[in-house]
Amino acid sequence: MLARSLLRGPNRAIARQSLGKSTRASSTAAGAEFASSPFYLTLTASLATAAAAGSAAWYYHLYGQEAFAMTPAEEGLHPTQYPWVHERFNKTFDHAALRRGFQVYREVCASCHSLTRVPWRSFVGVMHTVDEMKAMAEENEYDTEPNDQGEIEKRPGKLSDYIPAPYKNDEAARAANGGALPPDLSLIIKGRHGGCNYVFNLLTGYPDEPPAGASVAEGMNFNPYFPGTGIAMGRVLFDGVVEYEDGTPATTSQMAKDVVEFLNWSAEPEMDDRKKMGVKSIALLTGLFAISVWVKRYKWAPIKSRKVVYSPPIGPRR
Amino acid sequence: MAGISNVIYQHVSPALATTLFRRNAVYLTAIFAGAFAFELSFDTGSNKIWDSWNAGRQWKDIKPRYLVAAEEEDDD
Repeated sequence: MLARSLLRGPNRAIARQSLGKSTRASSTAAGAEFASSPFYLTLTASLATAAAAGSAAWYYHLYGQEAFAMTPAEEGLHPTQYPWVHERFNKTFDHAALRRGFQVYREVCASCHSLTRVPWRSFVGVMHTVDEMKAMAEENEYDTEPNDQGEIEKRPGKLSDYIPAPYKNDEAARAANGGALPPDLSLIIKGRHGGCNYVFNLLTGYPDEPPAGASVAEGMNFNPYFPGTGIAMGRVLFDGVVEYEDGTPATTSQMAKDVVEFLNWSAEPEMDDRKKMGVKSIALLTGLFAISVWVKRYKWAPIKSRKVVYSPPIGPRR
Repeated sequence: MAGISNVIYQHVSPALATTLFRRNAVYLTAIFAGAFAFELSFDTGSNKIWDSWNAGRQWKDIKPRYLVAAEEEDDD
């Protein structure tokens, strides 16, 4: 259409003629007579295209590129990807590992890190029996409701209580750790880029001494996986720091793996049920989809296989 | 879904279709009983498959180890 209106001037008569003559082959009729165009048109179009492409490229060069504000050291080393079994779509947590991981948390992490969003009751039927958890909860003291005199007394913990934090508040935690706040671990796997891989690498990635040229501030430790590489937490997992009740050798990587799986459970306690429900619903929906395909074919079969025939009336005119 | 009732009539058994669809009470009861039976069998079957995929990983698999120790301390 555009070509036809551009070239209307000299060829108008021919166009009219050809339009009038051959209406059916209109796409093929625009052959030799429209092919030639003046040089100045080609030049203008080329220049306009070059100008548009050039300005777009210049704009992208100026504003479109990603800005990297941080150096690689400040980004932190990318964590190694590990084939976590519990991250597969059809696998639950390894509950024996959860139990070991909770032991690592209690004996190592809990001295600084809180786990405030997890109540004692949530361990029952997941990694401990109810009696074990009751005993564990009773080892801690909690405030009672005010009594008749308005006094708040202390009582042993119940299953419905939440795990107490090691420090009274964040300021106390900072003061005890050289100004650095140990983060709450309840949702740490969800809350850190890289998830399980990051936390595992962080726990096992402390070098014996910082590499040459790395600057480590006073009271800090070097960990390449921590953004900024300077971390207030020192290496805490050493071989044999925990003695597992099921006889698993407590190597550094074994403890890190167990505690990472445990922290993933505390961040996603619903994961086992969620995955099971997902597998069931996918199976059901697959069956329903197959039925709906069959119904569609059943309904459409007569429509698709019919033949519409026009039999002209036999009239006197023919 | 008239199509399915036709299919039952033509390809499964005319006798079944007539008993199933003649009385609404029978039809409804069959639907409810069928839903109940399907739910039961589907859940049982899929739970079995799930447990076989996760053998040794779940709490019920490791629970006996810790129940024995608890019973020795106090009979509760």
